[in-house]
Amino acid sequence: MTTNDTAVTSVPEVVTKDRVVIRFAGDSGDGMQLTGDRFTSETATFGNDLSTLPNFPAEIRAPAGTLPGVSSFQLHFANYDILTPGDRPDVLVAMNPAALKANIADLPKGGVLIVNTDEFTKRNLTKVGYEGSPLEDDSLDDFQVHEVAMATLTRGALEETGLSKKDAERAKNMFALGLLSWMYHRPHEGTERFLREKFARKPDIAEANILAFRAGHAYGETTEAFAVTYEVAPAKLNPGTYRQITGNTAMAYGIVAAGQTTGLPVFLGSYPITPASDILHELSKHKAFGVTTFQAEDEIAGVGAALGASFGGALGVTTTSGPGVALKAETVGLAVALELPLLVIDVQRGGPSTGLPTKTEQADLLQAMFGRNGEAPLPIIAPQSPGDCFHAALEAAAISVKYRTPVMVLSDGALANGSEPWKVPDASTLEKVDPGFATEPNAPDGTGEFWPYLRDAETLARPWAIPGTPGLEHRIGGLEKADGRGSISYDPDNHDRMMRLRAAKIDGIPVPDIEVDDPSGQAKVLVIGWGSTYGPIVAGARRVRGLGHDVATAHIRNLNPMPANLGEVLRAYDTVLVPEMNLGQLALLLRGRYLVDAKSYTKVSGLPFKAEELQDVFLDYITGAHPNTSAGVPAENTSSNGLSTGSTRSGAQA
Amino acid sequence: MSTDLGLPSIGGLDLVPTTDAKQTAKDFTSDQEVRWCPGCGDYAVLAAVRQFLPTLGIKRENTVFISGIGCSSRFPYYLNTYGMHSIHGRAPTIATGLATSRPDLSVWVVTGDGDALSIGGNHLIHALRRNVNLKILLFNNRIYGLTKGQYSPTSEVGKVTKSTPMGSVDHPFNPVSLALGAEATFVGRALDSDRKGLTEVLGAAAAHRGTALVEIFQDCPIFNDGSFDVLRKPETKDQRLIGIRHGEPIVFGPADHRYAVVQDGLRLKVVDADSVSPEQIVTHDAANHELAFALSRLSDQDLTHTVTGIFRNVDRTTYDDAARAQVQQAKDRNPTPELQALLNGRDTWTIAG
Repeated sequence: MTTNDTAVTSVPEVVTKDRVVIRFAGDSGDGMQLTGDRFTSETATFGNDLSTLPNFPAEIRAPAGTLPGVSSFQLHFANYDILTPGDRPDVLVAMNPAALKANIADLPKGGVLIVNTDEFTKRNLTKVGYEGSPLEDDSLDDFQVHEVAMATLTRGALEETGLSKKDAERAKNMFALGLLSWMYHRPHEGTERFLREKFARKPDIAEANILAFRAGHAYGETTEAFAVTYEVAPAKLNPGTYRQITGNTAMAYGIVAAGQTTGLPVFLGSYPITPASDILHELSKHKAFGVTTFQAEDEIAGVGAALGASFGGALGVTTTSGPGVALKAETVGLAVALELPLLVIDVQRGGPSTGLPTKTEQADLLQAMFGRNGEAPLPIIAPQSPGDCFHAALEAAAISVKYRTPVMVLSDGALANGSEPWKVPDASTLEKVDPGFATEPNAPDGTGEFWPYLRDAETLARPWAIPGTPGLEHRIGGLEKADGRGSISYDPDNHDRMMRLRAAKIDGIPVPDIEVDDPSGQAKVLVIGWGSTYGPIVAGARRVRGLGHDVATAHIRNLNPMPANLGEVLRAYDTVLVPEMNLGQLALLLRGRYLVDAKSYTKVSGLPFKAEELQDVFLDYITGAHPNTSAGVPAENTSSNGLSTGSTRSGAQA
Repeated sequence: MSTDLGLPSIGGLDLVPTTDAKQTAKDFTSDQEVRWCPGCGDYAVLAAVRQFLPTLGIKRENTVFISGIGCSSRFPYYLNTYGMHSIHGRAPTIATGLATSRPDLSVWVVTGDGDALSIGGNHLIHALRRNVNLKILLFNNRIYGLTKGQYSPTSEVGKVTKSTPMGSVDHPFNPVSLALGAEATFVGRALDSDRKGLTEVLGAAAAHRGTALVEIFQDCPIFNDGSFDVLRKPETKDQRLIGIRHGEPIVFGPADHRYAVVQDGLRLKVVDADSVSPEQIVTHDAANHELAFALSRLSDQDLTHTVTGIFRNVDRTTYDDAARAQVQQAKDRNPTPELQALLNGRDTWTIAG
């Protein structure tokens, strides 16, 4: 854009900021997720560090204009390394009254509010319980409000395209994107290219969206409504090549990469389930890498087919969420008994039962650990950021193949849909894993027989002899097998031995020691977490340290087996605090395993922890103030028996 | 024999490596002691299968038997092939993954009426419609044996069992009708004691490319003794058993009293062969879905008339062939996919050191 032919009367002031949080909020049909994605891509390309939080209802299209139908996308970007999608937005874009009502409480005083006034009709206001328009009373006085008739302006911009009024108005999200892109000096080539590709078969729609996008940009530039624009310089991240990636995409790439590093064909057996389906979608695009995707009739068939493929020498993978893990439990138990490789990817969501399909929760640690009949131990790995899903999948595959065992990977909704800049790994340096298929009879008695349960002395893994290998024909199954020979055995001593061998095999898998971040070496409080709480925990700790206090943090990536030094680490601190988005699952394990008085800070609101919230909790424990109170629970959410349904701290001072 | 519907056709075993070595039933017999009850029909089926497998001329190591749970599901342990005794009802899922990823295997599922039709009903119908290249042997004894005698989804209404002391009020499935309704491309039926008929159906199933369902009527001497006796006893079987063969008129009965199957509106019925002209007698056509279904409904499941043989045998592209073809097509378009290019994606930026 040049300024020669536009009527700029004054150039807005440019303010430099270190970090900004923007939230786009609108109706489910308004395209807020797409808008957020595009702003994220532009921001990534620009070189900021970023973290995102999509937040949308389970209904595809809840009734238009209602509170349940509000969908939002929050993006935090900065000129330094950031860890969370941000606690509260600096800028809220509200496309309708419902979006305003649902989100305004999060906007701090002085925050920027951009409102699409066209939707503020009496009917829409009434729908969400506004008696009068908040734009006309003093309720928004604390904010910098920008009223923009986005639908009208978009329609005007598209007048010459001949599109219907309705179709033209649908591009208003791109108008909003254009306006914000102008305000934050984002590049826009990527979005225009994206729109042309997305609507390749409908070039008129593509052009309409691009026109709307440019109109939003021009609106910011030409009206004098916006006195300032903001610059956030690129972040000084570690040297390397970066891209933006979501957890589900990174997980899918990790699975593709695992096929390459193991040399095995990948077989995904899966049934669609929120929030895991995108892994299935992504993998189905990469058949050229030898990836077969099978959309099964149900969750059980998905994992069954994956296990069958593993029996045949493929890398069997199944992807699901908590309800699916429950259904797959018996087959995963079979895989434990068969001692065959299998990846079970659980993208956790709120439970129990159907729970909160689109919201995040660390719901399934105990299910992963114990959710099978009998004692059926398996390794568990939890990635701690979206990009880390790639490495978690690779690591899980390596363990699975080497130790002939199912491995569970615990992602969650926040990681799956959240995105961050990801330092792209050098594919040539990824560690190769030799599946080491059995090719020869192995009976120690020299009979020339094949014993399918004769274990490797070091790893305790059994041989993987795949059909088609002559002379190694054998039968395996869910019934207990004789140690070594592998035939059915009901012998009591053999069963006892096999139970211990299966446990010892998993316990013996080497995992890296846990690293403690305790910069001053003076901390008395250790905060320990797992999975997606990594960002908020570290961000909270940084704030606490910034206030002059000492706190140590550590994050458990390998949840089974746990790091060998974990007990020692836990015992080195006066207080061990475990923040979790559940009611204390890791805390239970740590207490049981290590006899430490681990304190829990728990919240199951469907949203990630906020850094500020954790800062306050950490400070409470560091200073000894109010360790037993619940934080920030609205009165109507607190039941009369004193149990908080918001967030609680437990296990303390009894 | 598959019916030519004008589609490119390959046989069920065409991608499985063959052997010229002489194989016998002994080669397919494992060292495990067979532990079914004395008189169990499973013995007869096992003997037939052990005799039959060597005749296929494929490598033994490329043969896999997958079973679920139940008496019949012990089957794989007694065959010296690759095998898996899996979990209740799920064998078709495991076989689907195996057959899809390994076209060089002959994959067989052994299941029972409870395993296939009750707990595993969903997997069975989806395997059939998907038409994965695997063969399902459904041992139907109309009772739960391994759990010691409860009624099954093929038990007759009114059956008195441990769990139904006043008689079952559950209406049974007709497995052949169910399979035909589930878009099965091959459906056959045989009686455990009929070695010749069973072997013939097994042979056609093995040669069929796609999912083949073979229902095998089989006696449980402990909990449902003599359930198929009317189909075995010389004085009754000829009146009741109707053997069908593609391209042949459907006639049956003792030499001195022949019966024929004729059309009766949209249904079929049994009449005295003498009472109709030869043109009125239905000729079996294994490609005719409606005829196959009508044959499966010729009488109630009281065994008044029981059709054996191959009801349906048609070519339809198999799921596994199609899935592999897509993978191959993607590989042909992109013969040397670069993992690095995938990881980089479209938009990267570099931060200098």
